[in-house]
Amino acid sequence: MTTKFTEEHEWIRREDDVVLVGITEHAATQLGDLVFVELPDVGTQVAKDDEIVVIESVKAASDILAPMDGEIVEVNEAVVENPAMVNEDPMGKGWFFKLKPEDMSAMDDMMDEAAYKKFVG
Amino acid sequence: MADLMHTPLFGLHGELGAKMTAFAGYDMPVQYPMGVLKEHLHCRAAAGLFDVSHMGQVIVSPLKGDAHDAARALETLVPADILGLAEGRQRYGLFTNDTGGILDDLMIANRGDHLFLVVNAACKAQDIAHLTDGLAGSCTVTPIEDRALVALQGPDAEAALCGIAPIAADMAFMDVAVTDSAFGTLWISRSGYTGEDGFEISVPNSHAVEFARALLAHASVVPIGLGARDSLRLEAGLCLYGADLDTATSPIEADLAWSIQKARRTGGARAGGFPGAERILHELSHGTARRRIGLRPEGRAPMRAGTALFADETGGAEIGRVTSGAWGPSVEAPVSMAYVASGHEAPGTTIWGDVRGRRMPAAVTPMPFRPATYKR
Repeated sequence: MTTKFTEEHEWIRREDDVVLVGITEHAATQLGDLVFVELPDVGTQVAKDDEIVVIESVKAASDILAPMDGEIVEVNEAVVENPAMVNEDPMGKGWFFKLKPEDMSAMDDMMDEAAYKKFVG
Repeated sequence: MADLMHTPLFGLHGELGAKMTAFAGYDMPVQYPMGVLKEHLHCRAAAGLFDVSHMGQVIVSPLKGDAHDAARALETLVPADILGLAEGRQRYGLFTNDTGGILDDLMIANRGDHLFLVVNAACKAQDIAHLTDGLAGSCTVTPIEDRALVALQGPDAEAALCGIAPIAADMAFMDVAVTDSAFGTLWISRSGYTGEDGFEISVPNSHAVEFARALLAHASVVPIGLGARDSLRLEAGLCLYGADLDTATSPIEADLAWSIQKARRTGGARAGGFPGAERILHELSHGTARRRIGLRPEGRAPMRAGTALFADETGGAEIGRVTSGAWGPSVEAPVSMAYVASGHEAPGTTIWGDVRGRRMPAAVTPMPFRPATYKR
């Protein structure tokens, strides 16, 4: 199970022909307690860097960008109901959506965990 | 950026793991490791300690006479009834300008032979100049630089403070007292800006850290940053100067007419006589074109400051703007303050806010959003 990271502080974990996407522990800590999550509709076609998720913390609103081109195949309604789940378990239960990428090899250029750790210092 | 100033508790904030932010020229704690949401809830459930030493503490002493003489002079700058303020009592007031706008909001206490004022950090230099200039010939204006100021707020505040200053138990909301303690002479008021029962305590700089440590040693008390202070005051329906109040906004537009007592109103014993009285008294009788209201957005998305408001879901001109908006942790829903054109201020009215390009409904709601728990 490969997990990669973006400079937007998202993690992307491959599960067969789809990827699971969420925000990193670092991002969740920086944002503070989340109070609102808005997810895209299942079936939405997205292009890399489309703003597809809106999250609001106690401090501010932020956009989550699509990490790759593809189709949204599942969303995590549990975090809409309980945004605090993202702070509690950002790399696990706090995932946002599953994306079926057009080209899985787009993951190859992303940072691995060691590179991401270096990126956030 | 210019060097930020530090309060006497700066070192303690670091020790407590605070995340710091620049606020009104000071390096202040925005949150501690507990986080904004839990700090907010803890304050309402138990007690929280806030460093508000950045705020201005000012003594106004009459050149001759007692606090009444200072009160009479101060009434030329504020619309509140200060002469009617009894010794040992505090009152909320406003500095107004000649066009009836608000220069700052402040607390004013009658301490027998002088008045004690607490003003906002961002306005403090300007307020002190305004006082010095406006009261020249009648009062001396002394900024207090050798004292820290903390707020202890929440249902357990009294229990936590009583171990240090037993007099706290005998004080009612808006009472003030001066008392000796193991941490020097404390200036206490039973007040705050969270909607909770609690105290603001002025303590000599030299004792500030040990005093804060003594309060934090109480099982109920945790340190609380500016983040939760903002959501607490918003739920309590209390205005933040610079966000909800400014030099163009009158006290009547701001729904602060309650801070102008009868004696200062048309027909009162000392009607008018403060800057902008003509506009403000006219608005008291004839109304205003816009009004501060509370808003409860539907759903979970906060309507933050700057959100444009409309009467309908589509079309129409903007009717106002949100001036403060956030998630209300105790209300468990988003809450906002806004100014809207008259005609839209009735509680229950649905108005629409533009959130990321979509109009979302919100209900005009009386404030506070959560009932205050002051000890009357």
